[in-house]
Amino acid sequence: MTTLAHLARSARGGSWLLAGAGLLTLVLAGVSLFVGVGEVSLGALLGSGERETRLLLASRLPRTLALLLAGSSLAIAGLVMQMVVRNRFVEPSTAGTTEAASLGFLLVTLLAPGWPIMAKMAVSALCALAGTLLFLRILRAVPLRDAMLVPLVGIMLGGVIGAVTTFLAYRFNLLPSLLAWTTGDFSGVLRGRYELLWLGLGATVLAFLAADRFTLAAMGENVATSLGLPYESVVALGLGLVSVIAAVTLVSVGSIPFLGLVVPNLVSLMLGDNMRVSVPWVAVLGALFVLACDILGRLVRYPYEIPIGVVVGVIGSAVFLWLILRDRRAHG
Amino acid sequence: MIEIRNARKRYGDALVVDDVTLRIPARGITSIIGPNGAGKSTLLSMIARLVGLDGGRITVDGLDVATTAGPVLARRLAVLRQDNHMTARLTVRDLVAFGRYPHSRGRPVPGDADHVDRALAYLNLTELSGRFLDELSGGQRQRAFVAMVLCQDTDYVLLDEPLNNLDMRHAAAMMRLWRDACRDFGKTVVIVLHDINFASWHSDHIVAMRDGRIHSQGTPEEIIREPVLQAIYDMAISVQEIGGRRVGLFYE
Repeated sequence: MTTLAHLARSARGGSWLLAGAGLLTLVLAGVSLFVGVGEVSLGALLGSGERETRLLLASRLPRTLALLLAGSSLAIAGLVMQMVVRNRFVEPSTAGTTEAASLGFLLVTLLAPGWPIMAKMAVSALCALAGTLLFLRILRAVPLRDAMLVPLVGIMLGGVIGAVTTFLAYRFNLLPSLLAWTTGDFSGVLRGRYELLWLGLGATVLAFLAADRFTLAAMGENVATSLGLPYESVVALGLGLVSVIAAVTLVSVGSIPFLGLVVPNLVSLMLGDNMRVSVPWVAVLGALFVLACDILGRLVRYPYEIPIGVVVGVIGSAVFLWLILRDRRAHG
Repeated sequence: MIEIRNARKRYGDALVVDDVTLRIPARGITSIIGPNGAGKSTLLSMIARLVGLDGGRITVDGLDVATTAGPVLARRLAVLRQDNHMTARLTVRDLVAFGRYPHSRGRPVPGDADHVDRALAYLNLTELSGRFLDELSGGQRQRAFVAMVLCQDTDYVLLDEPLNNLDMRHAAAMMRLWRDACRDFGKTVVIVLHDINFASWHSDHIVAMRDGRIHSQGTPEEIIREPVLQAIYDMAISVQEIGGRRVGLFYE
C-alpha cells in the first residue's frame, strides 16, 4: 500500500497507474457485456446472430454504460460533498440527500404522474438539494465536536425523511415501486431508460473543471475568502452537483449506498485531497468498483442476480467500518 | 494605508469592537496588543473581510473591504488566522502553491513555481514539501500556512498570533522574516501578538486595545512603558532597557 501510494504520488508513476486502472475498467466492461443469462458470445456476434446483437445493444451495453456512469458520478458526488461539507464521512446516503431525492420522486409521481422523466428528475434533484441544506442547517445549529457524529446526524435525518416516504408509499400503494427505486439494481437497465445518467458525466467534468475551487473550499471559509474565492457560491455549486447526481442515479438505477464514501476515502489516503489529482482517480475507481460489484452480483447465484445495492452495501459498510476504526486509532 | 472609521462589531449583547477609528500606516510592522477579549482578532478579521462590520467603514489603499471584489482584494491583502483546522489532506507544496491562486486563478503561469520554491525555502520547508499537512507538527503546519501567505505576495499581510505553536528559534525567525519583507519589499504587516516583548523588539508601531476600543498607540518607546502597560493589562509590568530596546518583565 505504501509503495503503491508513493508510486501513485509521483507524476509519471501516477499517470501509469491511473492508465492501468482505466484499462482494467475497460476489460471488466468487456466482461460485463458477455455475462448474463442470455448467451452472448463473440462468435455469435461476428456471425449473423441477430438475437445476440439485439440483446447486446438493448440490454448489455446500456447496463454496462449505466454502471460506468453511475459508479463514477456517485463516487464524484461523495468526493465533492466531503470537500464542501469538510467531513470525511458524508456522502449523499449519509446526509439525507438520497432519501430527500427519493421523497421528491415519490411526490412528483403521485401528484404529476404524466410529467416527463426529465421533469420528475428535476423535482427529485430540487428535493435532494433541500434535504442537504436542511442537513447543513442542523449541523450549523448543533455544532458537533466529533467528526464521526456528522454522518450519524445525516443518517438519522435520512431515516426521518425515509419514514415519511414509506408512509406515503404505503398509503398510496406504491411500496413495491418505492422498493424498486431505492434498492440499487442494474438488471432493469435497458436502452432508453438510462440515458439520464449522462448528466452524471457532465457533473463529473464540471467537478474536474472546478477542482481547485473545491479544494480551496475544503480549506475552510477563512482561507478560501483570503485567497479571493467566493466561498458561498462554490459550496452552492458543489451541493448542486451532488444533488443532480443523487437524483439522476436514484431515478435511473436506484440508490447505491457507501460508494461515495469508500472510493474517495481510499483515494484520499493514497493521494491526498488535491482534487485536481484525485478527480480522475475517484471517477475511474468508482466505475471499476461498481462494475466489479455488479459482475459479482450476477455470478454469485447464477442464473439469479443479487441487486448491486446489496453487494456494494456489504463491501462498502465493511470498508466504512475499517475507515472509522483506523481513524480512531490514528487520533488516539 | 489601512483606514478604519467607526468600526463596530456586536456578538449578541457584547460589543466586541466598539467604535474603533484607526489609521495603520503603510510599510513596516504594526503590532496589535492587549488582554484577552480586547477585540484584537475580531478587528483583524474585519480588516480582512472575514468578519462583516455592524457599522463603520474599513479601506485598504482606498478600497472598501466590504464592497471590493474578492479576487481584487486577495491580490492586495493576505490574512492568516490561528484557527486552521484543516480537513483537506494537501501536501505542503500544494498548500503553498494555492497562495498563487489569486494571481493565476487556477491556471499556473510561469514564475509561479519560483514563487513557491522561494516561499518554501524562506520557511525551511523545502525538505518537507512532499509531506501531507496531517503528517506535520503544529509548528511545521503553522510555517506552511505562513509560506502560503508569503507566496500570495501581497502588499498587506495580516497575521493573527503567528507565533503560536512555534519554538523560540522559529518564533524569532518568523518575526525577522516579516521585518525583512517590510524592509526589502515595502510590505505592510499587521500582527496580533500576545508577547509584548516580540512587539517591542520588532514593531515600528504598536496599537494597544482594551474592551473593544483603541487604548493607546505609538512607537514601542511610547507604549512599552510601565504606566501604559499597567493601564492596558491591569498588572504591574517592570520595563527594563537592554541594548537600547525595551523589555517587559511580567513573570512575577
